[in-house]
Amino acid sequence: MSANLLAIFYLISGVLFILALRGLSSPETSRQGNLYGIIGMIIAISVTVISVGNFSIGFVYLIIFLIAGGTLGAFIAFKIPMTAMPELVAGFHSLVGLAAVFVAISAFLNPEIFNLGYPGDIKIASLIEMSLGAAIGAITFTGSIIAFLKLRGIMSGSPITFVGQHFLNLALGLLLIGLVFYLCKTQSESLFWSLIVISFLVGILLIIPIGGADMPVVISMLNSYSGWAAAGIGFTLENTALIITGALVGSSGAILSYIMCKGMNRSFFNVILGGWGATDETSIKKSSEQKPVKSGNADDAAFLMKNASSVIIVPGYGMAVAQAQHALKEMVDSLKKNGVKVSYAIHPVAGRMPGHMNVLLAEANVPYDEVFELEDINNDFANCDVAYVIGANDVTNPVAKTDPQSPIYGMPILDVEKSKSVLFVKRSLSPGYAGIDNDLFYRENTLMLFADAKKMTEEITKSL
Amino acid sequence: MEIDPFIFRLSIFILSIFVGYYVVWSVTPSLHTPLMSVTNAISSVIIVGAIIASLAGNSNQVFDTASIFGYLAIILAAVNIFGGFLVTQRMLAMYKKKKKDK
Repeated sequence: MSANLLAIFYLISGVLFILALRGLSSPETSRQGNLYGIIGMIIAISVTVISVGNFSIGFVYLIIFLIAGGTLGAFIAFKIPMTAMPELVAGFHSLVGLAAVFVAISAFLNPEIFNLGYPGDIKIASLIEMSLGAAIGAITFTGSIIAFLKLRGIMSGSPITFVGQHFLNLALGLLLIGLVFYLCKTQSESLFWSLIVISFLVGILLIIPIGGADMPVVISMLNSYSGWAAAGIGFTLENTALIITGALVGSSGAILSYIMCKGMNRSFFNVILGGWGATDETSIKKSSEQKPVKSGNADDAAFLMKNASSVIIVPGYGMAVAQAQHALKEMVDSLKKNGVKVSYAIHPVAGRMPGHMNVLLAEANVPYDEVFELEDINNDFANCDVAYVIGANDVTNPVAKTDPQSPIYGMPILDVEKSKSVLFVKRSLSPGYAGIDNDLFYRENTLMLFADAKKMTEEITKSL
Repeated sequence: MEIDPFIFRLSIFILSIFVGYYVVWSVTPSLHTPLMSVTNAISSVIIVGAIIASLAGNSNQVFDTASIFGYLAIILAAVNIFGGFLVTQRMLAMYKKKKKDK
């Protein structure tokens, strides 16, 4: 196959990948988009295999490894519960990162096959590109592993900070730049390996200070990194499909990070440089001593909602943890039978990844036109009779609007407190991930339902 | 005066960032999770590099150091490609059922 034809095919897969993302602009076109993505991938892989033209024993191994990896991937894809989506995506990011590192390593060890020069005499431009790809890939790898461990709960979600952390990161960053510089000068293999090891370390250090509630930003950011790593490798291999894809994924992740940061009214750097919760704990605790709280049981809640004309459901991460989405759908169905109008309000950072709540509700068969984003539904709370908060906390905290001292001041919140009554399902009065007390608990119109989200929802359904 | 091919690749790269920017802003927020899983799957197109690394080398020797890394990358990318596209498919299928219910 001529190099020109090959480049055309790579361009076609690149365009198909663009269409795959374009398809996601509405649920109706999304499945077709995914199909475009799959076709693009098949084209890219097939033309590469044909252009290399090696159908010896190595090709057999290729097929075996492809099937082995593919089977594992397919198995995970079918088995994974929807609630574990954030971990899955973090895990997948780490694989892309590591794959980029491996490709960079083999390009460094055997540059001839990629037309990059000879070992010890690699073109400077290629060397810079592959170092970038390897470094970003390595950061993505370890960073995603840490994110994965935090999301799985294997590692504590609370931020890990120490003195001089930022200086250490800065120093390591400068060291990386220095290493790339000397690598270009000396072409030394040991420098290349140190570059990768230090990047692994940077990946860990970057993610450990970030707290559980900031995970949506972290996942989006790592998504973006995996794209830039792919683009770096794409430049090294002079491969258009990889360059286009890397740019798409990189900007996609960056936009998602931006949306998530905006959802918390924080700057990107603020998130990166350290966790909430670790900061202002002392100043918060003193204010929250012994305020009266009204609490109720399932029957009270059922009574309130049955007699309401409209109910807005506010789901959050707690719903995912309790796996309460199906129970919730049943409750809503019986409410609808009673003639209650029900809609769902989703905060941009609800859950642990962008769009997390939407997927869970979709899994429970909630029609997507009953699910609204913050801007579209926030005015409706004033006219709604009951807001049912299930597993959300910080995103409903009115303090964000009233108390300039609060760490979440200025964050856009769902105006739950404006509805006639609020039912707040929660296991205890403990503060949310931001480590701050929710003012909403102590409001006149709030009824706390202390229970597991799923159990409480099931009980309410029964008494309806 | 000739233009370095790198400049062409850079142009593709920059333009693709802009395409990505506008395409991703038009993605509906309710599909942000599938967006992440599908970007994950497509970024595994890095497998083309892995294929070259493992197959284009010295043909007398199937496994040398460089090709071993290539094969390892193939496994990782394959997990991601199949896993990423299939899990996206699974999620998107859920958004479909709703339409039928109505």
